[in-house]
Amino acid sequence: MRLVLVSRRRISRQRQFATPVVALLVALAIGGLIVWLMGRSPWRALQVFVIEPLTDPWALQEVLLKATPLMLISIGLLFCFRASRWNIGAEGQFLLGGICGGGIAILTHGMSGFWIMPLMMIAGMLGGLAYAAIPAVLRTRFGISEILTSLMLVYVADLLLDYLVRGPWRDPKGFNFPQSVSFSDAAVLHPLFEGGRLHLGLVLALVVAAIAFVLFRRTLFGYAVAASGDAPRAANFAGFNEARITVLVFLISGALAGLAGVVEVAGQVQQLRPGFGQGLGFTAIIVAFLGRLTPVGATLSSVVIAVLLIGAESAQVSLKLPYDLTRFFMGLLLTCVLVGESLDRYSLEIQRERT
Amino acid sequence: MIDTLPLILGTILTAATPLLIAALGEHVTERAGVLNLGVEGMMIVGAASAFAVAVLTDSSVLGIAAGALAGLAVSAVFGVLVVYLAANQVATGLAMTILGLGLSGLIGQNFVGQPRAPIPPIEFPLLKEIPVLGKALFTGDPVFYLSLILIGLVGYGLNSTRFGLLLRAVGENHTSAHALGLPVRRIRFIAVLFGGLLAGLAGAYLSLIYTRFWSPGMSAGRGWIALALVVFAAGHVWRLVLGAYLFGGITVAQLHAQAGAIGLPSQLLSALPYLMTIAVLLLLSISGRRGSGAAGSLGQPFVPER
Amino acid sequence: MRHFLKLGALALAAGLAAPALAQEKLKVGFIYVGPVGDFGWSYQHDVGRKAIEAAFPGKVETTFIESVPEADSERAIEQLARTGHKLIFTTSFGYMEPTLKVAKKYPGVKFEHATGFKRDKNVSTYSAKFHEGRYIIGKIAGKMTKTNTIGYVGAVPIPEVIAGINAFYLGAKSVNPDVKIKVAWVFDWFNPGKEGDAAKALLDQGADIITQHTDSPAPLQQAAARGKLAFGQASDMSRFAEKNILTSIIDDWAPYYVERTRAVLEGTWESKDVFDGLAKGKVKMGPYVNMPDDVKKLAMETEEGIRTGKIDPFTCPIVAQDGKTVECKDGKLNDGQIAGMNYYVQGIEGTIPK
Repeated sequence: MRLVLVSRRRISRQRQFATPVVALLVALAIGGLIVWLMGRSPWRALQVFVIEPLTDPWALQEVLLKATPLMLISIGLLFCFRASRWNIGAEGQFLLGGICGGGIAILTHGMSGFWIMPLMMIAGMLGGLAYAAIPAVLRTRFGISEILTSLMLVYVADLLLDYLVRGPWRDPKGFNFPQSVSFSDAAVLHPLFEGGRLHLGLVLALVVAAIAFVLFRRTLFGYAVAASGDAPRAANFAGFNEARITVLVFLISGALAGLAGVVEVAGQVQQLRPGFGQGLGFTAIIVAFLGRLTPVGATLSSVVIAVLLIGAESAQVSLKLPYDLTRFFMGLLLTCVLVGESLDRYSLEIQRERT
Repeated sequence: MIDTLPLILGTILTAATPLLIAALGEHVTERAGVLNLGVEGMMIVGAASAFAVAVLTDSSVLGIAAGALAGLAVSAVFGVLVVYLAANQVATGLAMTILGLGLSGLIGQNFVGQPRAPIPPIEFPLLKEIPVLGKALFTGDPVFYLSLILIGLVGYGLNSTRFGLLLRAVGENHTSAHALGLPVRRIRFIAVLFGGLLAGLAGAYLSLIYTRFWSPGMSAGRGWIALALVVFAAGHVWRLVLGAYLFGGITVAQLHAQAGAIGLPSQLLSALPYLMTIAVLLLLSISGRRGSGAAGSLGQPFVPER
Repeated sequence: MRHFLKLGALALAAGLAAPALAQEKLKVGFIYVGPVGDFGWSYQHDVGRKAIEAAFPGKVETTFIESVPEADSERAIEQLARTGHKLIFTTSFGYMEPTLKVAKKYPGVKFEHATGFKRDKNVSTYSAKFHEGRYIIGKIAGKMTKTNTIGYVGAVPIPEVIAGINAFYLGAKSVNPDVKIKVAWVFDWFNPGKEGDAAKALLDQGADIITQHTDSPAPLQQAAARGKLAFGQASDMSRFAEKNILTSIIDDWAPYYVERTRAVLEGTWESKDVFDGLAKGKVKMGPYVNMPDDVKKLAMETEEGIRTGKIDPFTCPIVAQDGKTVECKDGKLNDGQIAGMNYYVQGIEGTIPK
């Protein structure tokens, strides 16, 4: 006797919505068990990790602020992942976006004008786009797997940032510390509400999500992207060949990661410094899969992950739970979602051993 | 210079050994058609477990074994997901990495700041007298020799044994392999476990030999470098070995260049291994050989048709 | 929307007020850049945190948030401020701007920012004269070296580290005119593997003593593995190399943290910049071991001299690497000149990397 996977013909709509929720509940249950084993109250942990960040207005703003770059990057990644192109270098494209956008801010330091912010955003998008073009072209022209080239370029981007803020772009009055000048007013995204830090970036991210939703639902391009992942030949019928799709999805995801980079440096950090990436580009990959590669899912799961990250800080303050627990939990959550997804596509059946 | 050269070689060998071990494991996994982006996670869980067990039992041997087994355990979870449940390999690998980073922190919590005595080197009496190379090659630590054995084992095993042949067949084209009646998923699962075992062993090397203490995040991206090395190797074990020692060499050379006060942007030197790997892939492709030399069905889940 | 926010704030205030009645404890918060388990910088700050709890039993409650990335620290700091912490220590240079921003919003909360240079009414800065310790170990190294070459593992080329290298070299040269130092930069504060490799590279180039301005015990261990001598950093690292350690420079934040907490409890806290070292106990020396008695005596005399103010590591004239004499009043460099040092003194080879 053994277990085998059997392909389901159709995945029911209920299943599609229920699975992530069940996965979340299972992950919460396991997480709660660990918290209990560590001698803390799981109920209190749930409250601190999940409920407080969503009910307290200040924390909610912080959640949305944290979710903003995650949304932008993960929605870009959807295009790649739906087409089965594995761009795992979004972190690098995010950094390049920040570098290019931040570069404009540094060059225009001390100036004012409404044009500075749009220029930064365009520069950032172009930077991310150009950087994503490298693995795309390496794949389409030279047949080199995009997975590791895009990853290796993350390290290169990291080192480029390091070089810039230690060398040419270092703040001359910064006591040799590796960081640029603080951006002028015109190069900063200002808070929407008094007392919080939420800025225009969120609106941008939501608009982008809406556009992506329409693209996937209503356009031939969206269909071709999804088809080229599932059945490359169908995409060809739609008039998109594989190479074109590859380049396009990489450019889209690079541009959005770049935009996220600008939003992050102009909104939160307000200067260039090593480590402004914080691994958001990698976290966004998790977000994309948590959201089952749909725009609505990615938007929602950006918020879920942001809640966890904010909750992790509160948990340290009020429950003295270590940060590592949160990381462990995020891995666990993604694992549960992936298992759930498999069980959606395939049913487990018991088969008698062949004799 | 004659005095220092063996020392420098020794430094390079130790820096390269954990990379080499983890990369050998991942090489086998990828030959079978599975891409494991969780190497970093398996490595660091190995490092934490190895150190914890070594301190608790006061035995480095048990520590090393525990490290390898811990890597194996994480890879078993990974294997069940990607091989038997046909989950996405990229996402599952990343999940294992983040899970492993968190888990290692929890395991290592109570062992921070504890010292550990070095594992004595194995010295080969006559051979170590050979000028220059003797001292570097024949007074190494036990795991270094193990890594040399592993090179031979993986090279021979993949190319000259029946199992190696089957494993490569499964990686090259799982549909035909299945049609030939090969147990595709069992072979893949074994390859994943082997990769996890070696990633864990590499982690144990980090916390018990390379630097003899536990600290959170100590793998510092070495798992990712191992993955890059496998790409660099493009299917050949000898290139993997070369890549690992080159990488170790560049890291050490960079420190020497500084201490010798040569002014070069350090970031450029640090970026060199990554840029070089991409350049090598590009050259291979231009010279007309097959793109990346990766296994044909790398990264694709296999679900047998009924 | 604003109304809604206000309501939320009220609800929150009410929620906080209830437990506040039960306990009148002062809440003190800490932001760490690394994990508490880094056994270097963050670990030593955490030792200071525990000292506060021990010094005021039942009167204070302390909290920390670890591994807070500098680029994303504003929220973590504000999190502490809005959960009733009245004294907050932000323990890395990169927290400077976020600390100032949060401090503006919470005028009733006192902030202490380590190693920064911008202050406000409710923001103090504090740092330690680690270079005093480095001058002492420089003298020890100068006496103990046989190859006249000393290896220095540097973290990141910022003034604090450069001043340390200069003080070390001046100390070494004062007892051994032929001494040379070689610096290897790791470009990281905590990266055990790379730190160890840097130490090995220096040993390979003929250094017979290793000193480090990075946080892990790896360089010390590597020196010991080769039978060479080395110094500990941040905490007493003797147990990592009992037979090869000469002494350690210990960051002891405890006295300062206790003093500042007392000031808040007694209502005497005010914003200032505190830059002190051996004299106030913020820098301490580990036991002097594995050295002959005359070297030990020299080290202890130097330590005593610095503590009482008779010896200053940066006594003028100080000549920079390019041969220019550094401008000088009162016969020694002032605190500002040390805190902003970005040049090597004459005699050190090599350039400061960009």
